[in-house]
Amino acid sequence: MNSLIRSTARCLRSGATVCLLRPADGPARAASARFLCEAADLQKDLGELVKKDKVVVFMKGTPAQPMCGFSNAVVQILRMHGVDRYASYNVLEDQELREGVKVFSNWPTIPQVYFNGEFVGGCDILLQMHQNGDLVEELKKLDIRSALLDAEKESK
Amino acid sequence: MLPRVPRSARHVAVCLSAARPLAHFRPHMDPDPNRPVETTIRTKLTDKFKPDHLEVHNESHMHAVPPGSESHFRVLVVSSQFAGLPLIQRHRLVNEALKEELSSCVHALAIQAKTPEQWGTDPTLAKSPACMGGSKGDQTVEEKLKAGRG
Repeated sequence: MNSLIRSTARCLRSGATVCLLRPADGPARAASARFLCEAADLQKDLGELVKKDKVVVFMKGTPAQPMCGFSNAVVQILRMHGVDRYASYNVLEDQELREGVKVFSNWPTIPQVYFNGEFVGGCDILLQMHQNGDLVEELKKLDIRSALLDAEKESK
Repeated sequence: MLPRVPRSARHVAVCLSAARPLAHFRPHMDPDPNRPVETTIRTKLTDKFKPDHLEVHNESHMHAVPPGSESHFRVLVVSSQFAGLPLIQRHRLVNEALKEELSSCVHALAIQAKTPEQWGTDPTLAKSPACMGGSKGDQTVEEKLKAGRG
């Protein structure tokens, strides 16, 4: 799916370039319409993307190498719960994705976390869910058993 | 009954969000003419939420942005308007109140949105995680910094 997003982003970039180079007339209007159409395509693709995996994270950097403290916090929290396999998308690699996901989620900042296609929130919300125990329950709804439950069992 | 988060995990979580000593608590933070964005944020959140308690912290110095920037903020809003609302709704309300700033000069906004009862039970300000340099050389952040200086 990453390649789909990248290819969509490439189309957006080329569309944007064409829009800038042409004078403001008929062809430019067509180019603008194409640009808008491709932006709409990205929104549609995001709609599918967030449902494709149980846990989806839009972040800065990657889980192996986060590039932002807040994104890193999300990665660490998920790791604590034993959630190591999830879809993550690096918005620093793709400006259209970065802006598109903010529009899609109606959320102004990164990171952004989705569970089963539903927007959960950013770092603050995930942290509070972790602290108050809600995250264990939400993962259960995804048929994911939090590693903390096993850790608690072992400590007893 | 929710399963309890084990102590070890909570300890780590505390490191991620260490409580600030209450000695740092300032009941009213006076607006600073040299910090227009911070002042605007405080004004908008006060007008919208009529908070029992409000803290607005410029955390830009903790990030890879020039000194004096107003790009990264942490806000704590204690308001009865949050009663009965899930976290995401509360945060969306705060985002909405600061929509203009978030689309121009503010690059990061950490939010704590509590009811007076929750604040009474747990009067702590969370601590932001260490910067990992993502803002350095980030074109979007540079544009936002310019917007803030404009």
